[in-house]
Amino acid sequence: MEARLSKQVAIVDIGETPVGKVPELGSLQLYGLAIKAALEDAGLHKEDIDGLLTAQSMAEHYSRQCLAVMEYLQLEVRYASTSLLGGASHCSQVGLAALLISSGVCETVVVAAADNILTGLSRDAAVREMAANRHPQYEIPYGVPVPTGYALVAKRHMHEYGTTGEQLAAVAMAMRKHAGLNPAAHKRDPITIDDVLKSRMISSPLHLLDCSLVSDGGAALILTSAERARELRKAPVYVHGFGEAYSHDNVSQAGSFTAFASRASGEQAFSMAGLSPKDVDVAMLYDSFTITVLIQLEDLGFCPKGEAGPFVQEGRIELNGALPVNPHGGLLSHAHPGYPGGIFHLTEAVRQLRGEAGPRQVADAEVALVNGIGGIFSSHATVLLGKAKP
Amino acid sequence: MSGYGKPVPPATKDSEAYWAATRDHRLLLQRCKQCQAYQFYPRVVCTRCLSTDLEWQESSGVGEVYTFSGVYRAPSKEFEGDVPYAVAIVELPEGVRLLSQIVGCPVDGVRIGMKVRVVFEDMGEAGALPKFAPA
Repeated sequence: MEARLSKQVAIVDIGETPVGKVPELGSLQLYGLAIKAALEDAGLHKEDIDGLLTAQSMAEHYSRQCLAVMEYLQLEVRYASTSLLGGASHCSQVGLAALLISSGVCETVVVAAADNILTGLSRDAAVREMAANRHPQYEIPYGVPVPTGYALVAKRHMHEYGTTGEQLAAVAMAMRKHAGLNPAAHKRDPITIDDVLKSRMISSPLHLLDCSLVSDGGAALILTSAERARELRKAPVYVHGFGEAYSHDNVSQAGSFTAFASRASGEQAFSMAGLSPKDVDVAMLYDSFTITVLIQLEDLGFCPKGEAGPFVQEGRIELNGALPVNPHGGLLSHAHPGYPGGIFHLTEAVRQLRGEAGPRQVADAEVALVNGIGGIFSSHATVLLGKAKP
Repeated sequence: MSGYGKPVPPATKDSEAYWAATRDHRLLLQRCKQCQAYQFYPRVVCTRCLSTDLEWQESSGVGEVYTFSGVYRAPSKEFEGDVPYAVAIVELPEGVRLLSQIVGCPVDGVRIGMKVRVVFEDMGEAGALPKFAPA
């Protein structure tokens, strides 16, 4: 039986806080301001919200994060949940919001995520917190920082397909180029392939510039039915399809080190939407590391397995290329507040489909794919958004 | 007693025998008596057929590097002194893979496909951590 939404659902508001170094605001404050900004975006009131979906926080631990946010803003909701899927949380929650609205359990759902891991934690504490998510018995004793999990994949991909460090660096260069057009981005100075390869080695083959940023920041999306969206200020962006799939929990248990469950989550989303990779005008791919982008290009069907290295060369994933990826600069250059990172891929997709992206607007953007990945290629969630109704 | 100094694995009911054997420098793998499948890490059931009829078999510990990475920035203070070190996925002839470290050769000397043999690093009460050196 094919999965279908019985009602059309749209994203009607987006809101973002400043990102980068934001020392005056902690996680809950960032949530508050992001949700406020989203409500003001399309003229909704907080009383309209009856669903609240949030991420976790690394800088400030709350046992029931979604309820901490609900209490902070004094919201009254019928459904609240905190996703534990890491970077896949936000795309997963767009799917969940669509299910809640489609079933009639909720009318208006907020998907939000915010954290202050740059100013709320020391660099050492941030690295340590992230490394602590590895398996306590079979990984932690061996000293496995997060980049190493991804580096194991990169090394294997290079071994099987001849992918080069230069090809990985091309992703970082493209993200920084895009961030150069985005006044909100955390890092904007252009970098060359050479700059990436000469940057400090973190875990071979990944250099510092192959790795995402550590930033503060947050954002929120508001979803409602297409019918309700008609009464609101901004052009709705419709949810055409979504999917979710999981490869493993710990990378040491991965079956394959070059292909993961983004393939399955992508297939679900494309199938629900009745679309295929060639219909995608802008791809928002989870760029925790340069290798992550290559894997998604293959797994989501934008190029054959093993060919993402050549695919990202010659500007193909840049703004004017065949498949623009992350026009906002991604986790590599716009911002990565840890658990919330992927939410900006969603807000940027909405901006692109509304035609509001200014100098970094992808011309005639009608369909956007957004993909999120959590853990170390563990959890995967794909969303297809469209300007037109499904 | 001078401390081992690094995070030790917290044994669970299903892994006590695994870690106990490492004290004697033995690498034990779980095998299902019902369907013959080997599995790592050890669990209370066979992941293939869900049988609880599992036994321990000693592995030769001779395997191959499936992938690896040289760690240049440690995840925490305890590992800073070891940087750079090679973390690897090692494939054993029983058909299981485990994450470990390659020791006894420089980090840039590690190769995918390299033959390696298990060695043990004593952790005190918690057992000995299986690592691999060129065979």
